[in-house]
Amino acid sequence: MSGAAPWAEWLVSALIVLGAAFALIGSWGLVRLPSLMERLHGPTKATTLGLGALLIASIAWFQLGKGMWTTHELLVSLFLFVTAPISANMIAKVHLHRLRHAPGAAEPGPAGTPAAPSEAADWATHEAPHLGTAGDFEGD
Amino acid sequence: MSRVLPHPGLSALLAVMWVVMVNDLTFGTIFLGLVIAVAVPLFSAPWWPGRPRVRFLPALAYLALVLRDIVVANFEVAAIILFKPNHALRPAWLTVPLELTSPEAITVFAGTISLTPGTVSCDISACGRYLLVHALHAPDPSAAVAKVKARYEARLKRIFA
Repeated sequence: MSGAAPWAEWLVSALIVLGAAFALIGSWGLVRLPSLMERLHGPTKATTLGLGALLIASIAWFQLGKGMWTTHELLVSLFLFVTAPISANMIAKVHLHRLRHAPGAAEPGPAGTPAAPSEAADWATHEAPHLGTAGDFEGD
Repeated sequence: MSRVLPHPGLSALLAVMWVVMVNDLTFGTIFLGLVIAVAVPLFSAPWWPGRPRVRFLPALAYLALVLRDIVVANFEVAAIILFKPNHALRPAWLTVPLELTSPEAITVFAGTISLTPGTVSCDISACGRYLLVHALHAPDPSAAVAKVKARYEARLKRIFA
């Protein structure tokens, strides 16, 4: 890192190690957690802080080492935060569908199978959203 | 005001995002960003019918709270992954009764639940009044539901009032 103060190098190195450590812990969670739904927690989240630390390291490296501001990292984290819950949601919905409609194809896991929320309605994976509710987009 | 800028929040977001993406604070970039910020909401207005009003300052405070929670809770999940054996883990399905009614508010609520570690929002009920959430470690499910509702939903109710 040419032209950067030693403390700047230490800061960037520490952030990179922190980010890599969280990415590693998230991956280790994928290996050791008991079933699909628990494994979903690792990649959607333990990695958010890991990636956040790596992106801050990138901003700090360009500013302290090369004297220029970069803002692209902010966009990367914004798009990550907007898209990560969607992919987790789709995987969870496929899992719910398989639990109900293909018995034996999916492991329920330690939490079991979720019960329907009420007598009047089932989850939206199994039943079309009722007219006039938040999930109903007819007429929009 | 409302004729030229039908959606001031979206306009501000577009202008800021354009400058951030070009990564350059010159007159030309800012000018083009402002043109986009005026033009896109004008032409996309028909696709935003009946959108709820958002209170700006509480929304900023909410963003700060969620960012803080993401950092704190990441350490909690890391500790669970590293140190809690599978037989001591208590994963649970939570049924969260919703008081929010607008699709936008429920989307933000569900996204918040997914981003704050330890919980993933999985589904909404067909009647739109319950959210299905999976918790990684919830020895007391009803306490977990109460915490999510008090911490996030109560604030969102004020933002999307």
